[in-house]
Amino acid sequence: MLRMARSLPEEVLEHVFSFIHSDKDRNAISMVCKSWYEIERWCRRRIFVGNCYAVNPSMVIRRFPEVRSVELKGKPHFADFNLVPDGWGGYVYPWIAAMANAYPWLEEISLKRMVVTDETLELIAKSFKNFKVLVLSSCEGFSTDGLAAIAANCRNLRQLDLRESEVDDPSGHWLSHFPDSFTSLVSLNISCLGSEVNFSALEHLVGRCPNLRTLRLNRAVPLDRLANILRRAPQLVELGAGTYSAELRPDVFSSIAGAFSGCKELKSLSGFWDVVPGYLPAIYPICSSLTSLNLSYATIQSPDLVKLVSQCQSLQRLWVLDYIEDIGLEALAAFCKDLQELRVFPSEPFALEPNVSLTEQGLVSVSEGCLKLHSVLYFCRQMTNDALVTIARNCPKMTRFRLCIIEPRTSDYITLQPLDDGFGAIVEHCKDLRRLSLSGLLTDRVFEYIGTHAKKLEMLSVAFAGDSDLGLHHVLYGCENLRKLEIRDCPFGDKALLANAAKLETMRSLWMSSCSVSFGACKLLGQKMPRLNIEVIDERGPPDSRPESCPVEKLYIYRTLAGPRFDMPGFVWTMDEDSALRFS
Amino acid sequence: MQLVFVGGGGAAAATTASMSTLSREDNAAMSSEDSSSPDEAELELGLGLSLGGGFKNQQVAVKNQYARILTAKDLPSGVSASSSFSSTSSSSSTLSRANAMAGTKRSADSVSAAPNGASSQVVGWPPIRAYRMNSMVNQAKSVATEEYSSIIGKNESKTAVLEKTNNGSNINNSKVRTSLFVKVNMDGIAIGRKVDLNAHGCYETLAQTLEDMFLRPTPTVNSIRSSAPQHNLMVEATRCPQLLDGSSEFVLTYEDKDGDWMLVGDVPWGMFLSSVKRLRIMRRSEANGLAPSLQERNGRQRNKPI
Repeated sequence: MLRMARSLPEEVLEHVFSFIHSDKDRNAISMVCKSWYEIERWCRRRIFVGNCYAVNPSMVIRRFPEVRSVELKGKPHFADFNLVPDGWGGYVYPWIAAMANAYPWLEEISLKRMVVTDETLELIAKSFKNFKVLVLSSCEGFSTDGLAAIAANCRNLRQLDLRESEVDDPSGHWLSHFPDSFTSLVSLNISCLGSEVNFSALEHLVGRCPNLRTLRLNRAVPLDRLANILRRAPQLVELGAGTYSAELRPDVFSSIAGAFSGCKELKSLSGFWDVVPGYLPAIYPICSSLTSLNLSYATIQSPDLVKLVSQCQSLQRLWVLDYIEDIGLEALAAFCKDLQELRVFPSEPFALEPNVSLTEQGLVSVSEGCLKLHSVLYFCRQMTNDALVTIARNCPKMTRFRLCIIEPRTSDYITLQPLDDGFGAIVEHCKDLRRLSLSGLLTDRVFEYIGTHAKKLEMLSVAFAGDSDLGLHHVLYGCENLRKLEIRDCPFGDKALLANAAKLETMRSLWMSSCSVSFGACKLLGQKMPRLNIEVIDERGPPDSRPESCPVEKLYIYRTLAGPRFDMPGFVWTMDEDSALRFS
Repeated sequence: MQLVFVGGGGAAAATTASMSTLSREDNAAMSSEDSSSPDEAELELGLGLSLGGGFKNQQVAVKNQYARILTAKDLPSGVSASSSFSSTSSSSSTLSRANAMAGTKRSADSVSAAPNGASSQVVGWPPIRAYRMNSMVNQAKSVATEEYSSIIGKNESKTAVLEKTNNGSNINNSKVRTSLFVKVNMDGIAIGRKVDLNAHGCYETLAQTLEDMFLRPTPTVNSIRSSAPQHNLMVEATRCPQLLDGSSEFVLTYEDKDGDWMLVGDVPWGMFLSSVKRLRIMRRSEANGLAPSLQERNGRQRNKPI
């Protein structure tokens, strides 16, 4: 075997490797022997860095000199819910600056939860001659000036996707910076932009890009403009409509309906802000071929939703508000047999009482009718262990299960018991479960179930749950594939963390906020675990101004080869080997 | 059942000098210590009952030593409950008073740190992305047709208004359009509302919105306004709002940064935005003591930019 490996010429090996795309496989290849490591590193074209502080850019560039596509993630997931104070970090500029020198042929940059500035975008626009794909997911810090630079300079741009980013957009004129000769656009997602774009520039752009397949418009695009745009791009596969409301008029209706009918390739719809139900029938002709429907901004009530989904027999993904109610989910279960992913968002999350009739029964119905269901995000106000057991039995192939019972610590509303057994059934029956979010009243027992059964679990989100360190210990000790753990408002302290310190090096990150981990324990971890960054985030001032036993506000622990970072704001402290000296 | 902690890979074992064995019995002992405080149980019962339907489970659940159903609303008054909760969590006997107090402060903080002075919100819960919250909130404002407004009317009358945190959307170097939610209360109406001041460009549209919210409980369709999408477009005032022109029995007032109550409408809109903390629709009879803001400032001889 060894002899064979030595005798194969490099070019052959490289050719073989070119068929291997997954990072895991590539990493495995690189560990076979030194020569495979060398060959592999020269031909790796895609890099994924799940935590931008786990390595530094020069390390990546040194090892992989010929990269064409980079994906980086910055802030921890709980930043989405405002738990990470502004200014924490996640700045991408140093990465772009380093890559501008090292990767002149870079084609793709995908960023998530990072701080991107206009300066960064200008640097991207000027540095990469063959730049094709820019995806900014939940990013912030830039304005439409930066976008104008991208538009003006990236002659071969194929994809510009600003999904859910916060953009300072005082004007929509940046779109006009795409030169008239620019025709390569395949995907454009500007749904997060607040202000109007220049409509005629948009229509002209859409009209001259024959390969455009994805177009997600923002809310400021009114309904009467939509028909024009659709007529210019009948080849669209994915469409995000803007505001779907206008005065009900037959001529407008037939214009929209006609435009939709002309789009024979449409498979995915989203957007639909401010829906006027009278205009919904305009999309009926294309419903049967839809595979993905995102109505999570559409305030459509259940009767209209039922009429809609009952025509979407090919639907695989549905995102919707809880206006769909149990009755709408029953219809979904009856008509959409190919459904794989369901997300139900709350229409009024802060209401004291339920405003819609959406209960655990809706999810049970879907689990009974849709046998391919494997990904769930469900916001509701009541749950029972029985319902969860039923769902678990119906969907053994579940891979992502996120349940959010809106009121913290809500028990089974019939038996008044904690929901330990229900979630226990989920982890026991769903052996492929990779992601789980818990809610409701939960004791340490649920964590025992998770530690015992959830062997494939990679990400766990916990809030207002558990009784003691035993809970955390079960998870850290038992979940062999755990990569990300995020915890808030749980009575977990030092013991489990210190007992399982080595486990933390096998994970990407651990977030704990409003728990009971003491400053002393953080210091200890920092001293003993040099390959972890132990970040204490505390807006009350330096942790050493309080007793050592005082719990820290927030704790973010992640493994890293790059050592402590240098861009921390005043409310973040890294515990490292010297911290014992510094803080004494 | 005894459970001995073992280091996750052996390497950490040496560091765990401060550890002790943790047993189920310890846990049970801790919890039963806790639940034997009938006053707290009573407190939770009382709160549970006052919250209305859907919370009946709290009454019986208190018996279960694990069933500590603290809602976000309980936290400010149930501070003692939460501090004992956090003291059971790490059963270490070295837990100091400072620790318990810090825990208390923390839970209180997590409530008071909630957006824009809202009373009973926990930060970041329910876990909905700021992006989605913004969209939902803007949604609640726009009125397109009669059907739509009647649906909204039905929902609004029994629920609190949506929140939006300002924290997440404030970016250091850029001027992102954030929402500026302030509470609005009206004399004689128990439940307050919230209004996004940044969605208005002038006093007229603000007053019209407030009139629709408070003085006309079931929104009527104004045919001129219903045809235009409301989002980000300034609607022309079709009439002078009663709240501003003095014809109504009520006047619109606001509390500024210094805690003074002023009549709305005297200062330039931008200045108003920068100083307003909350609004109140006051009976005219009660507002007689309020002079227009400018006079009031002069009267108190405070140094303020005009």
